[in-house]
Amino acid sequence: MEFLTILQLLDSATRLSAPLLLACLAGLYSERAGIFDIGLEGKMLAGAFVAAAMAATAALPVDQGGWGMTWGAAWVGLFFGILMSVVLSLVHGLASITLQGNQLISGVAINFFAAGTTVLVGQNWFHMGGQTPQLKGHARFESITLPGAEQLGDVPVIGPVYEQLISGHNLLVYVALAMVPLTWWILNRTRFGLHLRAAGENPAAVDTAGINVIRLRYSAVIICGILCGVAGAYLSLGTSAAGFLKDMTAGKGFIALAALIFAKWRPVPALGACFLFGLLDAIANKYQSLDIGLFVVPVQFMQALPYILTVVILAGFVGKAIPPKAGGEPYVKER
Amino acid sequence: MNSTLPKWADIILIPLLNLALALLIAGLVVVFIGEDPLRALQLIIQGAFAPWGIGFTLYYTTNFIFTGLAVAVAFHARLFNIGGEGQAAIAGVGVALVCLAFDWPHWSIALLAAMLGGMLFGAGWAAIPAYLHAKRGSHIVITTIMFNLIAASLINFLLVGPMQAPGMAPESSSFPAGASLPTLHDMLAVIGVAFDKNAPVNVSLFIALAACVLVWLLVWKSRLGFELRALGHSEKAAVYAGISPLRITMIAMLISGALAGLLAINTVMGEAERLVLDAVQGAGFVGIAVALMGRNHPLGVLLAAFLFGILYQGGSELAFEMPGISREMIVVIQGLVIMFTGSLENLVRMPVTRLFTRLKRRPI
Repeated sequence: MEFLTILQLLDSATRLSAPLLLACLAGLYSERAGIFDIGLEGKMLAGAFVAAAMAATAALPVDQGGWGMTWGAAWVGLFFGILMSVVLSLVHGLASITLQGNQLISGVAINFFAAGTTVLVGQNWFHMGGQTPQLKGHARFESITLPGAEQLGDVPVIGPVYEQLISGHNLLVYVALAMVPLTWWILNRTRFGLHLRAAGENPAAVDTAGINVIRLRYSAVIICGILCGVAGAYLSLGTSAAGFLKDMTAGKGFIALAALIFAKWRPVPALGACFLFGLLDAIANKYQSLDIGLFVVPVQFMQALPYILTVVILAGFVGKAIPPKAGGEPYVKER
Repeated sequence: MNSTLPKWADIILIPLLNLALALLIAGLVVVFIGEDPLRALQLIIQGAFAPWGIGFTLYYTTNFIFTGLAVAVAFHARLFNIGGEGQAAIAGVGVALVCLAFDWPHWSIALLAAMLGGMLFGAGWAAIPAYLHAKRGSHIVITTIMFNLIAASLINFLLVGPMQAPGMAPESSSFPAGASLPTLHDMLAVIGVAFDKNAPVNVSLFIALAACVLVWLLVWKSRLGFELRALGHSEKAAVYAGISPLRITMIAMLISGALAGLLAINTVMGEAERLVLDAVQGAGFVGIAVALMGRNHPLGVLLAAFLFGILYQGGSELAFEMPGISREMIVVIQGLVIMFTGSLENLVRMPVTRLFTRLKRRPI
């Protein structure tokens, strides 16, 4: 394989893994605090829709019913996308923390609610079969050329790597990458991180130490909502889709969960796991059907490959993953 | 908590209040998009019970009974099977293979064989996640979701490849005439009752009703059912009593998959009479809402399935009559029902329990 082909693959793998990474870290905060969240998918989807819808509205001229913004509509979209996702997070928090309900069922409900409402409201709002209008210019997060990328482009090896792979992504990709060390630092080097991890392992001990488990878990769930909102906004404002498409998350929330388990709930391995899934996706996109001499791998198999890999990883064929001990259990004070 | 609640409040009042809350929020969504929720409700009921609608309502009900029972049986062993969608889809392949295998002399023989085929394929698709759950500790929820997605790709592959009928359409050949199931119209015509000729409701409805009885016998009247529920209540206690979690997990999921698989006789054999893409149409997921609302009891599942049948048929009429509302309204209601009868159940249960405790304390 040529050097440039590999670069292209890695470049698109980076783009494809960014939303996975954001969702994966979102799940990490929630699950390390003891709240299982299979509603990542729905929160991303709702975030993607609201972000696209609000960015489109903000960029629309005032005489057509928009806000007539001439710059930064994408930021409006991002804000409302996050807001929407946090609202759904709080519903999940209410169900699983305050009302001590089943966290899995809550996640499933949020996924259905998001899948239905986005299309229902979208169709009613824009009359485009559940899509939002195509977003242009400042209504999207466009790629950023890092300083010196063009000048360095001619330097052998390092030049193309810097110009093609490191430079030229949109802001949210860099946000996603920056979240990895930040999450590591918060989790392992701050008081809040210690409390958070303890709430997921032994909430009674945290409570005994005089720390409010309920408040801690709600903060984790809200952080989860913020990151899912960013992931959703990335899908609709930062990718070539340039708008919201029906069911555009397409299982990414679940793959992010699998990556989280694969990474054993740790931030740095999460980066690796998400990149692996992103790379797989990039390969499947580039080679519709793979000819491997003896027979041709059908395109449907390539499409299903991330899901199959998820099953294999979950089955623990690559090492045992032990979830936070108190995960999925509501914390009841009097016992 | 249950001890302070009278039984009728536990099994009737609370589900009804939960349902009312879900519908209330759904109504607010309708208001939000600028339509009249009461007129929407009226259109749903009209559409579901009209002479040309009831046959479709019952057809959907049949689907949801199968998938609802599938989820319920797994729930009793505290397994959350979200894979009904994929299991039913793969069962469609089994049913199609059986139906296409011979020139069946009579529909009843074809039906029995197709049921076996569907159950076998559905159970088979549930077996791998079940084994991985029990043996390798990979969570059944995520694995079954993945198997839904994998099933979709597999069906897609089969219908543009090995099983595709001559032509461009991604579907199998039509089944032979001998595998054609009698519809309710045909059956009622025998005893001289007129029924909508176009409605897809067929003999599978009675199989679904029989399945309700069998599941009731299985869960509450058999040794296996006892072991199933014991595992669901406490794995530790079950192991102590000599019950193998691996064995019960496998059996529960195989039964669950087989029940989901029976859906294919209604849709693939009864309605389409060939295998098409997306023959399940989300019924596997509706099963979750149905089981939760029906509190995992066959009678409850039956009623909840009928309710969702009404919502599905009435909902398509609604989408037709009210341009502002699309078919996705049903998915919204489904999500809300799962939310309010499942995870947010205590929202109603806690205050109701408090109310009953206070009533009891008061001297009469």
